[in-house]
Amino acid sequence: MTTTNQVVRDVAKQEYKYGFVTDVEQESAPPGLNEDTIRFISAKKNEPEWMLEWRMKAYHHFLSLLDGERLPGWANIHHPPVNFQDIIYYSAPKAKKELASLDEVDPEILSTYEKLGIPLQEQKRLAGVAVDAVFDSVSIATTFKEELAKHGIIFCSMSEAVQEHPDLVRKYIGSVVPHTDNFYAALNAAVFSDGSFCYIPKGVRCPMELTTYFRINSEGSGQFERTLIIADEGSYVSYLEGCSAPMRDENQLHAAVVELITLDNAEIKYSTIQNWYPGDDEGKGGIYNFVTKRGICQGRNSKISWTQVETGSAITWKYPSVILRGDDSIGEFYSVALTKAYQQADTGTKMIHLGKNTRSTIIAKGISAGHAQNTYRGLVRVMPRATNAWNFTQCDSLLLGDQCGAHTTPYVEVRNNSAHLEHEAFTSKVSEDQLFYCNQRGISIEDAHSLIINGFCKEVFKQLPLEFAVEATRLLEMNLEGTVG
Amino acid sequence: MLQITNLHASVGDVEILKGVDLQVNAGEVHAIMGPNGSGKSTLANVLAGNPSFTTTAGDATFEGESLLGMPPEDRARAGLFLCFQHPIEVPGVRLDHFMRAGFNAIRKSKGMDEYDVLKFDRLLNERVDVVEMDRNLTKRSVNEGFSGGEKKRNEVLQMAIFEPKLSILDEPDSGLDVDALRIVADGINQLRRPDNAIILVTHYQRILNYVVPDQVHVLIDGRIVRSGGKELALEVESRGYDHLGRPAEATQASG
Ligand SMILES: Nc1ncnc2c1ncn2[C@@H]1O[C@H](COP(=O)(O)OP(=O)(O)OP(=O)(O)O)[C@@H](O)[C@H]1O
Ligand SMILES: [Mg+2]
Repeated sequence: MTTTNQVVRDVAKQEYKYGFVTDVEQESAPPGLNEDTIRFISAKKNEPEWMLEWRMKAYHHFLSLLDGERLPGWANIHHPPVNFQDIIYYSAPKAKKELASLDEVDPEILSTYEKLGIPLQEQKRLAGVAVDAVFDSVSIATTFKEELAKHGIIFCSMSEAVQEHPDLVRKYIGSVVPHTDNFYAALNAAVFSDGSFCYIPKGVRCPMELTTYFRINSEGSGQFERTLIIADEGSYVSYLEGCSAPMRDENQLHAAVVELITLDNAEIKYSTIQNWYPGDDEGKGGIYNFVTKRGICQGRNSKISWTQVETGSAITWKYPSVILRGDDSIGEFYSVALTKAYQQADTGTKMIHLGKNTRSTIIAKGISAGHAQNTYRGLVRVMPRATNAWNFTQCDSLLLGDQCGAHTTPYVEVRNNSAHLEHEAFTSKVSEDQLFYCNQRGISIEDAHSLIINGFCKEVFKQLPLEFAVEATRLLEMNLEGTVG
Repeated sequence: MLQITNLHASVGDVEILKGVDLQVNAGEVHAIMGPNGSGKSTLANVLAGNPSFTTTAGDATFEGESLLGMPPEDRARAGLFLCFQHPIEVPGVRLDHFMRAGFNAIRKSKGMDEYDVLKFDRLLNERVDVVEMDRNLTKRSVNEGFSGGEKKRNEVLQMAIFEPKLSILDEPDSGLDVDALRIVADGINQLRRPDNAIILVTHYQRILNYVVPDQVHVLIDGRIVRSGGKELALEVESRGYDHLGRPAEATQASG
């Protein structure tokens, strides 16, 4: 007969479906990190001098951190030290010649994205979604470019933006996450290889979802992409990021930086479905996902909303944050983090209230199974000038089994007495009684889990664009598959 | 329909059912009465396949097939329904979604087409009337924050939706006000058919005035010590259980 323990074991042992490797000829920098590596990357991308200087500055800062304090020690994550000299910092599929159109992209790569459910070819494109596909260190293709250009929207790879829109890039890059922010932000600024760039002009409501799909393919390589989104006055954009990687025994590093900027009355909705390879049942291999994501509500009455569904990676360390500088601006963070087997997640957000009447909402849902550890870490800071700041925080944990852990660490710093803050938290466990009740109504243990988990996550899922809400539900269900007694 | 022979069941090392025999045929209503802790809910849960209990001896067959070793969801799909004495809360899961999931799982197992939201809504609208339940209640989380009476109505509503062959109702009447009792009892009566059967666990003779049983059984200390007609319930009500005595060995054992 099916027992809960059996199910929990099965849940914890879910197989990873995106673990295949694409066989393409790659061009890589030799492993290791030094000034030459950075020159190599910069040269490959034909970057202007200022960009190289910017990288170098970050690199020297990184070195000073490496010598001194090293890695951030406060997170509730544990891993052997990363050897930064073993990593390949640049790896790209060898292009046969300049690509004039998508039809010239290596068919192996196109079929990779197809297998991942992200068709790039004209005739099969996702309806109403523009995709930028990043394969290891480079952007492969961006769809719907012309359509977007009609509205004056720029959506391209970061490398292209450095070439085509240097003024915008130069003005905003590092303005939200400076290289001095943290260890991995410094590393990223030094070696970032590609990523997406997006600019929505004044008063334009982006007519479709924008998506970047990140794929790590090469062995031994790290992925260091950088994304920059600027929403000019009165504009709106909804952006989604997805990711996956092959199954490998060694750990691979993903250290991305994402910067969002909203000017007056603008809104950015940024959603992530993170499904990097989590490692095997024994905790071997998997991606170290050390990411710095931050947005600034620069203008008044602007809004930034982060939604994330985190199911992959051996270790996740990320705190998508919002700096609420403009008066009346709004920051939101909606998160589901599912950890199983030996996965570790330390994730949460920071809401920094600077402007008057700024409001923030935090809804974080952690689900743990197997031996996984799931930590919510959040900071709400209200600065002296932020009169009438308002925050609501809710962080809930759901435990499947009794060998996993859930932790919540909310920090609050209030320096203005008019602030109104509310905090709620609860931890629940799927009980034998609940499962039996479901079973008695004909619902299998597997479906009962997915009903309960979907119910637990629904406040977050309803924030996702519809197609992706379906995708997120499917992803969680897939993570629960194979739970037969 | 249901045949229980010499059924023994325990929780951990403690034996609770000590040899129960019972036969229920299609079209019949059987009432089970007995003092607190005598094993009535245990019997109901064992029949429904609650994994907290282990069957140590005897057998129970449902339509000729042994229930032992059959997973609880398969028993439900075969047409066995348990109306819980203490319905379970499932936070975050909407009651109507929950019922549709179960309803469709049962249909699917029989190779029948599943109901979409609209079709199920229509069915639901029709069946809430059986227990005069507020339709808005079905949009809340399963049993979460429901009053005692609402929980009981919800159980009978689900019985009306699933149309089981055998319903085991564990104290559907406890905690109900007079009007609610009549409504729930009427609901149960509406669901009585020649091809289904009901086991009704209760402490009170009162519900049996509405849902008239074919047989009444008294369960004491894990055994059925008396069976009789409707009048046995009246006897229990006026004289209590003491005079019904216990089986000889049990009396010796308890000293
Ligand atoms: N999970 C359990 N763990 C330990 N003991 C249990 C468990 N379930 C039932 N019991 C014990 O088994 C005995 C029978 O319980 P049961 O719930 O079947 O009684 P009941 O006849 O339904 O009583 P009531 O009329 O109060 O509902 C009681 O002594 C009870 O404490
Ligand atoms: Mg009972």
